[in-house]
Amino acid sequence: MTVTLNPLYRFETFVVGAANRLAVTAAKAVAEAPGTVYNPLFIYARPGLGKTHLLMGVGHAARSINPRLAVEYLTLDEFVEAFHAAIAAGQGDAYRKRFLDVDLLLVDDVQFLTHRREMQAELLRLTDALQTANRQIVLTSDRPPAEIEALDERLIRRFAGGLIIDVAAPDYETRVAILRRKAEERRAAFADGVLEAVAGLSIDNVRELLGALNRMIAHQAVSDAPLTPEQARQLIGGTAGQRNGGPAEESDAPVASVTSEPEPDPSRAVPPSRRPAEHDEFSDFLSEIHATVALQVDAWRTQIGAAILRWQGEGYRTGRLEALLDADVAPDPDQAVQGFERDVERLRGMEAEAAELAPELAGSPAFRDPADMAAAEALLLRARNGAVPPPAPSPIWQLADLVEGAGTRVALQAARVVAEEPGARYNPLVLVGGSGAGKTHLLHAVGNLLAQRGVGPVACLSAPEFTAELIDAIDRDTVSAWRQRYRRCVALLLDDVHLIGEKDRTQEELFLLFNLLVESGRQLVFASATAPAAIAGLEPRLRTRLEGGLVVELPAPDPEVREAVVARELTARVGTIDPELAAYLASRPADSVRVVVAQLQRVLNASEARGQAASAALAREVLDGVLPAPVARKPGPNRSSGIVAPTAGGARSREKTVWEWPEIGDRLLEEWR
Amino acid sequence: MSLVNFTAREITCKIVYYGPGRSGKTTNLQYVYGRVPESRRGRMVSLATQTDRTLFFDFLPLELGSISGFTTKFQLYTVPGQSYYNATRKLVLQGADGVVFVADSQARRFDDNLESLQNLQDNLLSEGVDIRQLPVVFQYNKQDLPTDLILAPAEMDDALNFRAVPSFGADCLHGTGVFETLRGISEIVLKRLAAGTPVT
Repeated sequence: MTVTLNPLYRFETFVVGAANRLAVTAAKAVAEAPGTVYNPLFIYARPGLGKTHLLMGVGHAARSINPRLAVEYLTLDEFVEAFHAAIAAGQGDAYRKRFLDVDLLLVDDVQFLTHRREMQAELLRLTDALQTANRQIVLTSDRPPAEIEALDERLIRRFAGGLIIDVAAPDYETRVAILRRKAEERRAAFADGVLEAVAGLSIDNVRELLGALNRMIAHQAVSDAPLTPEQARQLIGGTAGQRNGGPAEESDAPVASVTSEPEPDPSRAVPPSRRPAEHDEFSDFLSEIHATVALQVDAWRTQIGAAILRWQGEGYRTGRLEALLDADVAPDPDQAVQGFERDVERLRGMEAEAAELAPELAGSPAFRDPADMAAAEALLLRARNGAVPPPAPSPIWQLADLVEGAGTRVALQAARVVAEEPGARYNPLVLVGGSGAGKTHLLHAVGNLLAQRGVGPVACLSAPEFTAELIDAIDRDTVSAWRQRYRRCVALLLDDVHLIGEKDRTQEELFLLFNLLVESGRQLVFASATAPAAIAGLEPRLRTRLEGGLVVELPAPDPEVREAVVARELTARVGTIDPELAAYLASRPADSVRVVVAQLQRVLNASEARGQAASAALAREVLDGVLPAPVARKPGPNRSSGIVAPTAGGARSREKTVWEWPEIGDRLLEEWR
Repeated sequence: MSLVNFTAREITCKIVYYGPGRSGKTTNLQYVYGRVPESRRGRMVSLATQTDRTLFFDFLPLELGSISGFTTKFQLYTVPGQSYYNATRKLVLQGADGVVFVADSQARRFDDNLESLQNLQDNLLSEGVDIRQLPVVFQYNKQDLPTDLILAPAEMDDALNFRAVPSFGADCLHGTGVFETLRGISEIVLKRLAAGTPVT
């Protein structure tokens, strides 16, 4: 049932000219890699311009590259016939299966799909199935899909999703080439200028042209002298002249009729003095003008067509350029193509950036359509926003809130230098101190100063958070995106870095990040409870790097610092400073500022609860358990229970307040027991 | 005049046949007229004296149909060759896209040819057109006359064609070289489309 490929219809025997170059290039591309480039490929042309030849050429070429390829060529009529036969035999499924096993399906004359609803549905299903399986489908028609009457919109869209390309009528040069090649194939020799003269008649249908050649061969065979250009023109011109400009027709005029002289055209007012053969001069002239105009005026079409093929081959949508071809106005082709290329470059840049942020966006169709840059930009923006920014420093910790003392002076000065010249002086800066010494405060304070510069994101987080994020990224397979987040930062500040000991993967990632950031002049600040050398399980490569910057210690607050802290806190909470109280609190030993503040808080809480002013005596009682001289207690509801309950507004520190007391009944029971 | 109108998809070529009186300009147009199918030619306007000398000018519009989507029209003009019609010549030259200089090959008309060519140059210059920028071809007419009366094309080239533009020997009365000349000038004119910026 399926027609075997005509052995003569190969690319090698197809004469390529300006009018069909694009179609041939596309067809060859498809033959070389079926299913990968233009799928489906839709070739349309008026009859007699070589559609079937091209279609079979694809089949031959594909088969010569891969002899095991299953190639099937059939006309739409055969396709329909097979379908009807299969349905009649109740074997619709077998019919479908037959085509699904084909690697390269060539369907000729699909214009006959007009008004065949069930066949259209079948072809749609088949096209989808073949496309899904990366199998190639090539179709030809005598008109573009949109002009095939009553063709399913979905089919039109499917075809448009591949490549729709037309074969135009051959130009003068191509006609000469066709005639020469065919004459050679038929071993017919003509006098110089004969083929050129016939080509000049602007017979733009190749089949007609070959018909003309047949007539000349027949004519020459029966006459004694070889045909002259003039005679050839006369012989062929009579019919060609009438057709000129009109729609091309299939011409298979019998050879026997050739010897008759063409009828004189009564419409031509040739003065009697003129030689009769010369009426072709105008056609000749016209055909040359055609060639010149096509070459000059339509050069932009060729240029844009070539650009379309190129960028489609690279997977970009070329609707914008195709629209130019359809438009009635000739654009500046250089400008159009360059503009297109610029946009493609931008798309590539955006795609690369988006892919780094979110690898799943690589190859997204939005980055393939220069006609819709907005979509690509929106997608990139989404990728940028979707990429969670790294944790920022907490704004509540400011450098100004840190009390500078003899012990902390070096650390604070280093922090200021780092904030002023990030990446230039102390890189990394390692803050070492015990719990409550203020390292976290200082770390975030530096982070805030760096963030205020507004150069870029500043990452500030603790080492356990860093590790947790990494584990999460590994779990979601988004490690590269996670890395990218930190690589974009202008500074990385890592708290509690002593906790990364023994965490090999975290250390590895930190090592890579460390190198990248330091090399590009970005600041790193670490806070650690112990000196790098004392961190157990820290890889030497990291340890040496940490020690290679500035390691500065934040010691326990000295009395000077403690006094300043107490003074600041009292001013903030009470409004006045009781010098005796301040001196007492500052004199108490405390290994961290946090302890100093906590002591003050206890005193203030007691003061609030008892309704007394905070004083040194109260502080001694609360903190050291020394009872002051008895004071007459005021009667009041607070006395009924022995519990010191904060009154409204009395609690300064929420975390130190017990919010959920045991039920009174439970408590009594417990006491009773 | 714009040669190509991309908006209207129209190409209009105005070609002027220039040359000394009686060199055969009108004959060129008549021959073309005779070869063009009626459907494609407009009415040839010829304002001639009783003795068949061009009084004003000849005008032959040619409709070449749609070429690559462009409605293509050629307008062929001749100028009166006699020296006293210079104002008319200037008028006709305005907006010409190309000029065919029809020279009389007869040796005795040698000076007339030179004078006419000089006149063409002057008239173009007065319109601000440099003859070197305008497509021009030469046609050496009357090559059918006895050789002792005429100059061969090569000799005519030496005398007139300083810039070595295309030139054609012709016998307009019998049609030799008429279409070759028209093709020659048309090609140069149309090729300027690619070189020049499109005029809209």
